[in-house]
Amino acid sequence: MSRRQMHLAAHFPGVNNTTVWSEPESGSQIEFSSFAHMARTAERAKFDFIFLAEGLRLREQNGGIYDLDVVGRPDNATILAAVAAVTERLGIAATVSSTFNEPYEVARRFATLDHLSGGRAAWNVVTSWDKFTGENFRRGGYLAQGDRYLRAKQFLDTVMTLLDSWRGDEIVADKASGEFLRDADAGRFDVHVDQFDISGRFSVPRGPQGRPVVLQAGDSDEGREFAAASADAIFTRHGTLEAGQAFYADVKRRLAAHGRTEDQLKILPATTFALGDTQAEAEDRGREIRRQQVSGQTALRFLEQVWNRDLSHLDPDGPLPGIDPLVVDADAPRVSQGRAADRMYRDPLATAREWRERAAANNLSIRDLMTEVTSRQSFVGTPQAVAEEMERFVEQRASDGFILVPHITPTGLDEFADKVIPILQERGSFRADYSGTTLRDHLGLAPLDARTTV
Amino acid sequence: MPDTPLHLGVSLDGAGRHPAAWREPGARPTELLTAGYWADLVAEAEHGLLDLVTIDDSLGLQSAAPFTADDRTDQVRGRLDASMLAARIAPLTSSIGILPTVVVTHTEPFHVSTTIATLDYVSSGRGGVQVRVASRPDDAALFGRRTIPADRDALLQELFGEAADAVEVIRRLWDSWEDDAIIRDAATGRFVDRDRLHYIDFEGPHFSVRGPSITPRPPQGQPVVAALAHRAEPFALVGTSCDLGFVTPRDTADARAIVAAIREAQSGAGRDGDTVHVWADLTVVLDDDAAAARERLARLDTVTPLDDDARVFAGSPAELADLLADLRTAGLSGFRLRPAVLPDDLQRITRGLVPELQRRGLFRTGYEASTLRGLLGLPRPADRYATAGSAR
Repeated sequence: MSRRQMHLAAHFPGVNNTTVWSEPESGSQIEFSSFAHMARTAERAKFDFIFLAEGLRLREQNGGIYDLDVVGRPDNATILAAVAAVTERLGIAATVSSTFNEPYEVARRFATLDHLSGGRAAWNVVTSWDKFTGENFRRGGYLAQGDRYLRAKQFLDTVMTLLDSWRGDEIVADKASGEFLRDADAGRFDVHVDQFDISGRFSVPRGPQGRPVVLQAGDSDEGREFAAASADAIFTRHGTLEAGQAFYADVKRRLAAHGRTEDQLKILPATTFALGDTQAEAEDRGREIRRQQVSGQTALRFLEQVWNRDLSHLDPDGPLPGIDPLVVDADAPRVSQGRAADRMYRDPLATAREWRERAAANNLSIRDLMTEVTSRQSFVGTPQAVAEEMERFVEQRASDGFILVPHITPTGLDEFADKVIPILQERGSFRADYSGTTLRDHLGLAPLDARTTV
Repeated sequence: MPDTPLHLGVSLDGAGRHPAAWREPGARPTELLTAGYWADLVAEAEHGLLDLVTIDDSLGLQSAAPFTADDRTDQVRGRLDASMLAARIAPLTSSIGILPTVVVTHTEPFHVSTTIATLDYVSSGRGGVQVRVASRPDDAALFGRRTIPADRDALLQELFGEAADAVEVIRRLWDSWEDDAIIRDAATGRFVDRDRLHYIDFEGPHFSVRGPSITPRPPQGQPVVAALAHRAEPFALVGTSCDLGFVTPRDTADARAIVAAIREAQSGAGRDGDTVHVWADLTVVLDDDAAAARERLARLDTVTPLDDDARVFAGSPAELADLLADLRTAGLSGFRLRPAVLPDDLQRITRGLVPELQRRGLFRTGYEASTLRGLLGLPRPADRYATAGSAR
């Protein structure tokens, strides 16, 4: 019996503590050669796509720019256009905010990226609303938190309307007759909704995929519903097999209401790994990486993000503070700004209570606790064990594949590509070579009808 | 004293500057949306040792009418985002400068800044931008955020003022990371020195931007900023904000007047010490046989007349070299040629005009620098925040 096929994506290491910058092999996070290296590794390993996150404002904490993690990145869609020049099959997924852009320019960029990559483009749609990020943009931070999915939905629908404004057969370019366009109305669109009131003709003819593959992250109920309605793949956080299965079942169940089938939305948890020749060696490496990822200072900064207080006077090797977290309104400035996780702890007092109990029960310092409660590696073991465990998640419907997040730029994927991928290929759970040319092909998504309507 | 060499760039747009270009035998009108087509053109320009290529762009669909959309079906319609295209081509070349056109009217200066900084990274210091404004009501309707006033003079004043603000923001953001901001200091656990990162705190009528950039200072420090200028407002923009102006003089006297207007603005902005290049745009139809070039232009014009803002030249490479040598006496440091037909007239520039200029000692015989600023004789500028922000 053939095994269930998994999909794999590579996440270029981000600007957070997952990325270890102090190792000798840690390279530049901004030079093009780093992006080219990781993209080539991913393509050599036959990955579905490479993924980049977006930055629109440098993070701050305690009133200063956060300086402990890797900082500084390129405009991700632009650098992926260059990555398309050094790869041939690998999908390229760019993250672009639906808040600090207009649909017309986003549609232009993704239609262009799809042309320039021969049909390999994906758009990770993110929403943001905070005034802090808005200080870098014309229109500022004007969205109420509750409106962000409304805007995101209308934004996405509008971009799709623009992309569909060309059917794909309008350009005839017949030198003899002098007819370039067969349709004088090609690209015509009219959108009049709450958030957008636009009309005219879209300037980029239809790309090879018609529309880019749409990716979405978000574990909230609204996020899941948005993905079920509109996305081709959803990013999630990987927890236990059981948590993954629950999420998987919930999201897949929502698809029918939108007239979609289960194979039209791939569920791809973000995944970290530590490999070794033996299980013990892998676990040692995993612990060492965690130690590098959660320094004493980083542990204090994490704690501050929940406590919403300056705790820099504390000893990270000492106990949790006696004082309670400072709870403020959702829109109020916080000790940490520009970080999606700032709002992750919905009930900081409950989190503090839980952490204190855990620390007391196991005699944990601040740094010990932070190392435990922030994400450890998803898969730790020999290449064989990791391959089998990944297959188990896919076979048992906890995911359709994974987005691998290496901890070293740019070589962090090399070992996985060299050691784990051949095992997956040998076992028949991952492709030995690309069978199609577009990202939709890689993801097993049917080609779009040229006349798809929203 | 021998003349200093000229600078030469080409403007790439669709199948060529002439509206009938796409019907020529060598034209590749069905490939205008492919990376391969553009890679071939830029490789040809680089083979000819040109300083730079510019890639044209507009927000809306192309139109033959100056201020409105049209519904013609006999000309090239549809194009790619020029910045993305520039980034796609950059890794395939090694020496030539690449300047996409970017509209700064409805767009975000923050995105433009990081996009061009990224282009500078992927080209290892060969990036730049030609900024332009979007003055048409149908362009505004694509964004739906602004109404365009009917008084065109007031409008242009407003739009070019806004463009100058946009360039100011773009440039400040490029400088907002000092070159040595990334310290990777294991001893203190700090990746960056936050004292070498700077808020730009720009406040203007159209936008305010806090900064710093998300992107470290690009390889050139300041990528090259250019603009096409036909009248007083853009002359001022070139003089106050740009490294390079493209102008459209009718003749040498006109060129002299334009250069004077730009120098006055430059001086007024306190930039006398900076190099600001002024290049003339010329649309060119070239052939070894001058009569054949003129016949070709006439034939193209019979299909669809060319109505150009720049002077149109049809003739031999030697005649064009004569014209450039004459025009430059007005104070121009170079020329941006608009090939009427691609790739035909581009090849005649690189394989006909360039050797002709080289014979006269008027053009380089090899790339003498690895960055675009280097090719243009512009030093890598100091960071405007470097002394103000840190007490080192």
